[in-house]
Order: sequence, then structure tokens, then C-alpha cells
Amino acid sequence: MALKIVKGSIDRMFDKNLQDLVRGIRNHKEDEAKYISTCIDEIKQELKQDNIAVKANAVCKLTYLQMLGYDVSWAAFNIVEVMSSSKFTYKRIGYLAASQCFHESTDVIMLTTNQIRKDLSSPNQYDTGVALTGLSCFVTPDLARDLANDIMTLMSHTKPYIRKKAVLIMYKVFLKYPESLRPAFPRLKEKLEDPDPGVQSAAVNVICELARRNPKNYLSLAPLFFKLMTSSTNNWVLIKIIKLFGALTPLEPRLGKKLIEPLTNLIHSTSAMSLLYECVNTVIAVLISLSSGMPNHSASIQLCVQKLRILIEDSDQNLKYLGLLAMSKILKTHPKSVQSHKDLILQCLDDKDESIRLRALDLLYGMVSKKNLMEIVKKLMLHVDKAEGTTYRDELLTKIIDICSQSNYQYITNFEWYISILVELTRLEGTRHGHLIASQMLDVAIRVKAIRGFAVAQMATLLDNAHLLTGNMQRMGICEVLYAAAWICGEFSEHLENPMQTLEAMLRPKVATLPGHIQAVYVQNAAKLFATVLKSQEGNTDSTAAQETSQLMIDRLPLFVQSANLEVQERASCILQLVKYIQKLQQKDVEVAEEVSALFAGELNPVAPKAQKKVPVPEGLDLDSWINEPPSESESEDEQPKAIFAKEEPKHSRPRREEVDEKELAKRREARKQEQANNPFYIKASPSSQKVYQEAPGVEHIPVVQIDLSVPLKVPGLPMSDQYVKLEEERRQKERAEKKKKEKKKRKEKRSGRGKKHDSGPESEEDITPAHQVDIVTEEMPENALPSDDDDKDPNDPHKALDIDLDKPLADSEKLPVRSHRAAEAPKSPTEDGDATSQEPKKKSSKEKREKKKDKDRDRKSKEEKKKKKHKHEEKGEDLLGGEAEEPVVQSEETNEVAAPPTSTSAEVSDLDFWLSNAPVPSNTQETATVAAAEAAPMPEATSGIAPDSEPDEPKDTEMEETKSSKHKKKKQKKEKEEKEKKKKKKHHHHHHHSDGGGEEAVQNGTVEEEEPLPPMSNYCLLAENSYVKMMMEDADEVYDIQGNLQDGSQVVVSVIFENKCDSFLKSMEFNVLDSLNSKLQRPEGSGPHDGLTVPFQLPPGVSNEARFVFTVQSIIMPQKLKGTLTFIVKNEDSSTHEKLDFKLHFTCTSYLITTPCYSDAFAKLLESGDLKCSSVRLEGVNMPFHHLLARICFHHHFSVVERIDSCASMYSRSIQGHHVCLLVKVSAQTVSIDAKCDEPTLLGNVLDEIKQTFSQC
Amino acid sequence: MIKAILIFNNHGKPRLRTNNTLFTLFSLSNNLFFSHFLPETFHLVSKRDENVCNFLEGGMLIGGSDYKLIYRHYATLYFVFCVDSSESELGILDLIQVFVETLDKCFENVCELDLIFHVDKVHNILAEMVMGGMVLETNMNEIITQVDAQNKMEKSEAGIAGAPARAVSAVKNMNLPEMPRNINIGDISIKVPNLPSFK
Repeated sequence: MALKIVKGSIDRMFDKNLQDLVRGIRNHKEDEAKYISTCIDEIKQELKQDNIAVKANAVCKLTYLQMLGYDVSWAAFNIVEVMSSSKFTYKRIGYLAASQCFHESTDVIMLTTNQIRKDLSSPNQYDTGVALTGLSCFVTPDLARDLANDIMTLMSHTKPYIRKKAVLIMYKVFLKYPESLRPAFPRLKEKLEDPDPGVQSAAVNVICELARRNPKNYLSLAPLFFKLMTSSTNNWVLIKIIKLFGALTPLEPRLGKKLIEPLTNLIHSTSAMSLLYECVNTVIAVLISLSSGMPNHSASIQLCVQKLRILIEDSDQNLKYLGLLAMSKILKTHPKSVQSHKDLILQCLDDKDESIRLRALDLLYGMVSKKNLMEIVKKLMLHVDKAEGTTYRDELLTKIIDICSQSNYQYITNFEWYISILVELTRLEGTRHGHLIASQMLDVAIRVKAIRGFAVAQMATLLDNAHLLTGNMQRMGICEVLYAAAWICGEFSEHLENPMQTLEAMLRPKVATLPGHIQAVYVQNAAKLFATVLKSQEGNTDSTAAQETSQLMIDRLPLFVQSANLEVQERASCILQLVKYIQKLQQKDVEVAEEVSALFAGELNPVAPKAQKKVPVPEGLDLDSWINEPPSESESEDEQPKAIFAKEEPKHSRPRREEVDEKELAKRREARKQEQANNPFYIKASPSSQKVYQEAPGVEHIPVVQIDLSVPLKVPGLPMSDQYVKLEEERRQKERAEKKKKEKKKRKEKRSGRGKKHDSGPESEEDITPAHQVDIVTEEMPENALPSDDDDKDPNDPHKALDIDLDKPLADSEKLPVRSHRAAEAPKSPTEDGDATSQEPKKKSSKEKREKKKDKDRDRKSKEEKKKKKHKHEEKGEDLLGGEAEEPVVQSEETNEVAAPPTSTSAEVSDLDFWLSNAPVPSNTQETATVAAAEAAPMPEATSGIAPDSEPDEPKDTEMEETKSSKHKKKKQKKEKEEKEKKKKKKHHHHHHHSDGGGEEAVQNGTVEEEEPLPPMSNYCLLAENSYVKMMMEDADEVYDIQGNLQDGSQVVVSVIFENKCDSFLKSMEFNVLDSLNSKLQRPEGSGPHDGLTVPFQLPPGVSNEARFVFTVQSIIMPQKLKGTLTFIVKNEDSSTHEKLDFKLHFTCTSYLITTPCYSDAFAKLLESGDLKCSSVRLEGVNMPFHHLLARICFHHHFSVVERIDSCASMYSRSIQGHHVCLLVKVSAQTVSIDAKCDEPTLLGNVLDEIKQTFSQC
Repeated sequence: MIKAILIFNNHGKPRLRTNNTLFTLFSLSNNLFFSHFLPETFHLVSKRDENVCNFLEGGMLIGGSDYKLIYRHYATLYFVFCVDSSESELGILDLIQVFVETLDKCFENVCELDLIFHVDKVHNILAEMVMGGMVLETNMNEIITQVDAQNKMEKSEAGIAGAPARAVSAVKNMNLPEMPRNINIGDISIKVPNLPSFK
């Protein structure tokens, strides 16, 4: 056995390794395939051996072969084997092979889950790293689901190397398993502030990638990114952030305003071109998002354009390219500022680099005006002649058409000129855009009535010279214009000077070589022409001419009847029979012209591009249901020919039969109209660049044969477009002269105002009047068209699934799946344990979101909570074993969660709002606000006790705060906001307020039509304050209903925000309340009834944090007050002093109410039961919308709306001890009457008093 | 996102490619890659002059207008990155530069042959820079530290048992018949030392 191993290792020495393989392949250039197939056989042998080293070597070789394009999927299982080797060397080979060869459909991937999990938790960081790298390439939805939690744990790994990889891979996990986004997001957000720049960069990377697809969900991160942007020096991070802001600004213009300044600074200061470029880009995005008209922004635009000009003038082609690219973005909104650089851009048109020329072309699009269109197009036409490659020339062609046709031919003053440009473009050989030119011709001819005469003349000449266009097969693309020419000549034949000649031209034998669909148009329009000719000839006395024409038709049409093209054949034979019939009539001297031309009567109107889509589906029409029973199998043979018909471009078919029956004719005309409306060809073709791209590959392969151009390609007899430029110039001059005469006086005045502009000659846009009365027929839309314009996103877009509201707190069901048998697993880093639980504090994010900056404090706090939660976890575990004792706890947690959302989201949103609102709050406002708040505080006793203290100190504090570093700025703003809100609120309620989800509930249940946005409501009120600390209380925000634990007792949770207002450190805070008989502060077991509770954090200067305290309450029918004290140590560099602050907690009766939804039938039953006592209250002079009033009651008094009818609503709430409280609120004029019923009259009385007080301030 | 990384030489022979993004994003099969993507990309890139810009709008070839090809040409090799609009164009150019410089450091004067014979190492280096299409690290020193640490680990694992194998492969490596003598990569001029011939 030992010998075998030794032998194996010696054998191995002479096995082919990767290098040998490569060398071998290089030495067998002639029979590479054969050599490789022998190598693959060898590899197969090696893979059969037990020795992992041999296998790894084989897999390594396979990876190389895979790169060369050989299929190695058969070795997938061996790759998994090598991946699971314990040695890093082999593991790396395995993972590399996997990352190159595996994809989602590889079935062995599902075998890897446990191996990867093991590697992820490996003590060796490189094992983990390699696993992460590999996983990032082949992660599947299943892997993502199973490993999301493990990867999330790694995001807090001690090694930055692992952290950054884990963070990056989360993006892939999100894509494959979108459910993981919400639970993982808080941690991802934390990583934005990771001490390691690499991790930070990775987090920025991931969030940017996420936000790019669904920016609105990440708006709330803007302040954080803003901070990063102003503090980071890493250009990679900066670029990403700036790009992200570029995506966010369109959603929030205020953000843009805030960004302009720092971005401008960066533009001025940075030396990195990449950063400069991205800054300019984002500034452009900002400027686009801002509504124009802000005067100070012209400076920013100027700056951007200037910088871009520098880029464009740079000798580095890359910068030039990017400069032009960015310029085209400015163009969309601020065309004027770009237009001044026209010289530069025209210069770029001559650049030798095609990409740059293309970009410059893009820019031209926006730079044209009525004034310079002809000039620019002339220049482009020169380029067309010079252009060497077909690709670029085609691009030029489409651009010319784009430029001219943009916004409904806005800039074209002379359509004769445009038609001749189009005709000139037909001279291009080998272009693929014949149909584009054709559709332009059709479009112009149809929509500009005045031009029809000219257009028809031009087209007739084109038709006459069709041989020039079709002479060479290379020029097939361009023969599409004949389609347009024939159609225009036919449809508008009344404008033809010599219809007979054109008719002959259309019936030439050569026509038979054209593509089928063009022949079909020829035949059809020959019939139309025939009708016209007949009409003109019948007017004459000589009837032979008419008969000759018929004979001509009869002679020529058989050629088409024989056509292989079904469409041509059908039309031709129809028309042939028609003409024969006509001839018969003619021979009897019957006047037929009228009737024949009646065949083609009817005016064409252009139809809007989306008209078809917008036709509403008539009621009762189910497009999905079968009209007839589904065809049986046997009929499937018939399907075949149908498909062929469908392929035949039905749009060109206009079947017509020769029944001259009047009724039938009218019907057909109607049908024709209908069909034309549906015919996409009649629609103004929007130039689709997409198509151009689609055909791009492969053009180069078409051999371009040099054509002998001795035959002049110019179509003789056509006016050249250049003439028009001159003519137009003359015309304008004339016009100008006339105008001058007319407005001599007026102008003089103006001139003095406008200065140079007018002296230099060129007239302003408005002065140019089009040469013809252009009447661009507006496009038709179907009656009652649907307004919606839903160009939906690609439903397959994986990012769609990631459109998730991240601000909503997590629900239990959203937690990442965690393996249940954790204990059996390999030891994990200590953070693992906290993992699942640390998500939970986030749920209660209503408050914590306010504190996202204060990691330190939160850490401490979450540790505390973790302990709690751990406890709960254990309890849950026991639950499984059958004990139901803890059930209520879980339930109450849930209610708590339900209650949380509105507060958190509204807080979040308004945070952002505040951050965005630029209005600086002057310090005195803040001061008064604080004072006002203090006055408004619900506890007169507390305030009066402390106010004398606090007031003199206030100004100093604010000053101090203002001098504080910008780090605390946000904090301060937040505080200001709170105070502001309070000020607002103060008007409405004197009493303090209790938060709850009531507001949200109300919206759901009651207010169907939301008339006005609700004013912001907050529930924190000032508890007490001195020069050191400020306490804000949100009392009873969560009411636990724990009947199971405490008989007949209930708990009330009070949240208190402590804010450090001085510039010293606050520590050892102790919170103590003097218990009353009824209400007691819950203290940890073992502590005495008078011991204080330690506040679980310290406060650095300017920071605030929140703590919660639980109170046990016996009776809830009366409001209560509790006296309390906060003691703390103020510590600065040299000294520390003990301080204390007294306060009073006020429990109102409404704080014992829980918002409980109630259905109207249950509500009715409750009222009928007769157990409830009645009471009522009237409020006078309440001047607010009814829904505000309801929202207020819901929000502050924890009611929910049961039903609302006009100005009358029924509301319901339940106390923590199960009392039902029902309200009937009616409003007439300014009087609100509230009839209430409750099974506990005292409670009801108190609640009504409190409601009254809430509104007494209104 | 970096959708794909491709290295090919002046004749369009692939020297390195990252796969998955290509397959999943552009739904390219292996055959399609070799019959379309590679030749088209090569065709586009190779016909461009040296001093034109390094960006190419690939259009339909690479999945729409959101994607760009950003490439650099060093001596005999083209380094092509296919990226979407979330990446900074100039940033990617820098990244390619960092990549090449890192290769140069790791292989001590890199040349095309290094890439041919040590694709696996190139992949490993790349894995430290770009992961799953996202830029992982741009600091060259950091990249090299990590790569070295891993190579060291590999060596220590091989231990004595690996020594004979290494010796054999060293001997084998001596006969690189067409080993070029002078290689130019950008500004870096590389002289390949004259190796004693064992033949």
C-alpha cells in the first residue's frame, strides 16, 4: 500500500501538468484537435484515480481547455471533489474550475452547499476567500437562500479581507434571492462606515449597484452618502457615490440643490480626470432634475461646459470621447450653452476616430435650429460623400434624417429642400437604410399637404430613372425608395403633370426584378394612376386615348400575374380583370372614369404611432377566450399555409375585388380606411436606432464591390439641394427686408437693447417663416384612447425583484433562514450568535433610526437587547416543546411591530426632508422653539421647576452647539426638527401625546379619499431639561398586554430620549421613579423598590440616545403622575460633577388604549349589547378638515376608524385591560360632537377629557 | 458591473476569459462565444488605431446600449473589459492598468507566454481585484500581498513532497523554444534573460 502511494507520487511527477499541456498544444499546431482529444482521454484516466493531487492537476488542465472552448461539463462532479479537498492548493483549483465551468443549470451545484458553508466558516481566511470568490460566479437561487445567513455573518468577520468579499457577494445573493435584501440591509448600511476603506468601498459598490436599479428605495441613505462624499478621499468610492447621486437626483430635486456646491468644489479641486468627469456628469444630472429658471445655475452649467470643453480639446482621445458624451447630456436641457461650442463639435466631425465622430453626430442633433439646419445638413452631406466605411456612412444618413425630422420637422423651413435632400440620399450605394428614406418620403408627402405637388414630381422622376437605383444588386437596399415613390405617385396622382408617362414607367418589364412587396405597390398604384389617367382622358373627346391606356394595362399586367410573389400575383390578376371589364365598358362607350376613381377615393390621415395600442378593449371582450372551440389536432396541417401568409407582411396587403357594386364599394372603402389606420406603414415612422444596431454585426462581411461610377449617379433633372440653400438665403433676405420696412421703428428700439446680435445679421428663430404654408396634419388617435403609456420594464429584469422598501421594519417571516441544528455545527465566530438577534433591534427601528449615527451607544444598547432577545429565543425554543406560557409575549411583540411602522417611516421620511430642506434655522428660532416647547410641555410642575434653570442657559447652549464640528450637525438638525415639529404641534395640543400606529390604521380603515396631506405629528414631548441634559419622553408608546403574566395587571413602556446638551461627557446615568400604589417601575430582579435603573449608555457631547422603561400599572381608569429623578455624572477633562434632574411622568388614560382594528359588524354588535355606558362631549370651534381630525384622534388617542360616512365616523379602541371604547364623531360647521360608549365610565370620562384637551388648542 | 473580462492576443486567440457573466447576462453559449462574441470583439478592437479612444459601444453584440467595451492594448495583448453604465470609464482604464502592473510584478516582467502557461495564476490575481463583476480592490500593494500570501500557503502545503514535482517542472520549463527575448508592454520594456539551453 505504502509502495503504491510512493509510486503514485512518482508517477505524478511525470504526469502532464498544465504547462505541459499548453506546451503540447503549441507543439501540435496542425492536429490540435486530435492532440487535445488524447489529452482529454488522459485527463479522464487521471480523474478516475483516488489521488486528489492527480485529480486537481486534471481539473486544472480542464479549466484551461474550457477556456479554449472545449466542453468540460462532464467533469463537474470531479470539480466538486477537488473543491472539497482540505488543502488550499487544490481547493483553489477546484473553485477556479467551478467558477469558470459552472452555471445555473449545472446540477451538481446543489451538492456544494454544505461544502461551501464549511469553507465559509473555515478558520483559514483564504479558504473563505476562495469560496466567496467562487460562489460569486456560480451562485444560484438555492445557494443564495441557503447561504445568505452565513454570508451575512461574514460581513462582520474580524478580517477586512473577508468582510469586503462578503459584502460584495451580497449583491449577487440579493439578485438571486431578493428576500434576503431586507434582513441584510441594515448590516450592509453599517458597512458603509466600516473602518477599513476596502470594506467601505465594497459596501458603497453594492449599494450603488442596488440603487441604480431602484433608486427611490435608497433616497433615505442620501445623508449618509453625502457625509461619505464630503469625507472620503478614495477616488473609487467618490466616483461610485457621485454616480449614485446622479441616479438619485431625478427623484429628489432638493438633493440636487444640496449637491451642487460640494460637487462644484470637487470639480475645482480634483486633479483626477475620472473624478472630474463623474462630477460634471452628476452636476448635469442635477441640473436636469432641477426645474430651470434658477439663476445661479447658469454658473454651474457654464462651469460644466467649460470643463467639458477642456476635455474635448484634450489630445487624449478618451477624454475627448467622454467630453462629447457628457456634452450630449447637457444638450437635452440646456441646448443654448452647448450651441456656443458648435465650432468645436463640427471640428470633431473630422476626427479620425469613428467613435468620436459618432458622438459629435449625436451632439449635432440638438444643435440645429431653423437657422442653421441647411448649413449643417450640407456639411453632413459632404461627409457622406467622403465617408469610407458603410457603417459610418449609414450612421450619417440616419443622423441626417433624425436631425431633419426631429420634433415633427420643427426646424425645416423648406420642405422642397428636404425632399431633394432625401432624393440625393438615394444616390448612396449599398446603404441599408432605403426603407428609412422611403418612410420619410411617405411621411412628408402625407403630412405636408403643400409639398405634395413637388414631391410627386420628384418621385415621378425617380420612378423614371428607377434603373439607376436598381441597376446593381448591391444597391438593393436603396430600391426601397421606389416603394415610396410608387405609392406617392399613385396616391397623389392628381398632382402629376404627366401621369401617362409615370404609368408607363411603372409598368416597365424591368420592374419585375424588384422585390415582391415593391412590385405589389407598383401594381396597386398603377391601378390608381390608371384611374387618374382615365379621368383626364375621358374629359377629352377622344375616347381612343382612354382605350389605349386600358390596352397598355392589359398588355403589361400579365407580367405581374405570373409573378412568383403571391401578393403581386393576386393584385395583378384582380386589377387585370378589372381593367378588362373597364375596357369592355369603354367599348360600349360607357363613361367609367368616375366609377373607377371612386375605387380609390378617400383621404388619408396619418395615425399616431401608438394609436393601435391605445384602442380600449371593448367591454365584455375577452381576448384570451376562444372564439371557436380550439381546433382539433387533425386541423394542424392547415396551420402551415397560414403561417406562410402571416409572414408575407400582411401590412402591404390591400385586397380588392372588382365588384363595382356601390354598396360593396362603400363597404370596401370603409374597410380600406380601417386597414390603413391599422397599417403601420401609414404611421409616422419613428427612427429606431435599435434596428440599426440589430443589423450592425455582419455588415462588414458583405463584400463591397467597387462599382464603376462612370454612369452618373445623379438622377438627371432633379434639382440639387444646394440650390435650395441659396434660394432659401435669398428668400430670407427678402423677408427680412420686408420686415425691416414694416417694423423699422420698433426694431430700432430693440436693437439698442439687443446690441450686437442684430447687427451681425442672423435673424432670431422666430423671424424665419417657412417657405410654404406647412400644414403638418396632426396624427389621429382612436376615440377614447387609453391615456396610459405603459412601456413596462422588462419583466425578466432580475433587478425588479429588488424593488423593495427598505425602510419598513422587518417582519418575522422575513428573517433569513437559519439552519435549525446550529449546535451541531463547527464553532463560529462570536458574532454569529448575535446575528439573528441583532436583526431584531432593527425592527424597532422607529426610534433607532434616529440614532443611526451613534454606533457606540447602539452597540451597547443592542447588547442589552440581545440579552433580552436571547432570553426570548430560548423561550421560543421551549415553546416548541409544548409550553404555551410564553405565547402572549410573542404576540405582544407582534402587535408592537405592527404598531411601529408608521412612526418609523414617517420619521425616516421627514428626517430626509429635513436634511434636504436647505432653509437654515436661525439660532434664535431654535431657542424660541425650545422655550416654546418647554412651555408647551405637559407637566407644568416639571417645567416650572426647571424652566428658570434652563432658560438662561439656552442661548449659550445653542451657541456652543453651533460651534461644534460638522459631525454633530446632523444630530443638531434633527433636534431642531423635533423642536420645530413640536412648535407646530403646540398649537393643537397642550397635552402630551402618545405615538402609535393609529395614524396608519386610520388611513387604511377609514379615509378613502385623502383630501390633504396630514400635518406631521410627533409623539415625543419634553419631559425635563436643564443645561446638561434634555429628556424627551414618548410615553406609553408600546403597550404590552401581558395578562398571562400579571393577573389583572398591565405594562406600559416609556421611551425616553436623553440628549446631551453640554460639551462634557455624561455617564452613570440613573433613572429612578417614585413608585405609587398603582404604578411601579419594573426593576431587575433582586433590586429594591427604591433603586434606580441604570441607563445603558453614556452620552458624548451633543449626542442623544433613547432608553425604554417598563412600568406596571394596576388600574388604568385614572390618569396618573409619577415623580422621578435622573442622576448622572458630568465629566470633562479636569473635573466630574454629580448632577440630577427632576421630572414628572404623566400617564394619561389614552396611553392605556391600544389601537385595535374593529369591523363594522362586530362594532354594531358591541353597541347593541347594551353593556356600555354612554357619555358625550362637544368641541366648539375646531377648524380642521375632518380627516385631519380623525387622524389626530387615531394618532394621539390610539383609535381606529371603523366606518366613515361623510362627516361622521365611528371609531374604536380597546384598553390594555380589555375595555371597549367606541366613539361616534360628527362634525357640523365647526362643532364636533363626540358620542362615546365604554364599559368603564371613569375611563371614558378621562379619555374624553383628554381628547377635548387635544383639540382645545385648535 | 464588469460583465466580462477578456484577454486575447493580436491574432484574436483568447488568453483569458471570465465566463459566467458572459453566459448569464448575454445568454451566450460556448459556441456563440467562439463563433460570434470573440471574433466580433476582436474585429472591432483590432481594426482601431493605436491613438483612438479606448471605448467602444458594442451595441447588440454585447447586450445593448448600456454596455461598453473598454480595452487597452499592451504589446501583443488586448485586455478587454465589458462594463455597464455604472462603472466609470476612466476608472476601468485605470483598473486595467493596475491589473497589468500587478501581473508584471507577480510574474516579474510579464509577457504573453506567462499568461499562456499560467492562466490559473492570472485568474487568481484577477480574483483579488474583481469579484463577481465588481471591483474588489484597486490598491496594487494590497493585491500583491494577498496573492503572495496565498502562494506561500500553497508552497507550504506542497512541502517536501512537492519539491521533486517542482524540480521536474522547472526542468521542463527550460525548453521554451519560442521564448521571445524582448517584450514591450506599454512603457515597461522587458528584457527576458538568456536562459541556458538544456538541449
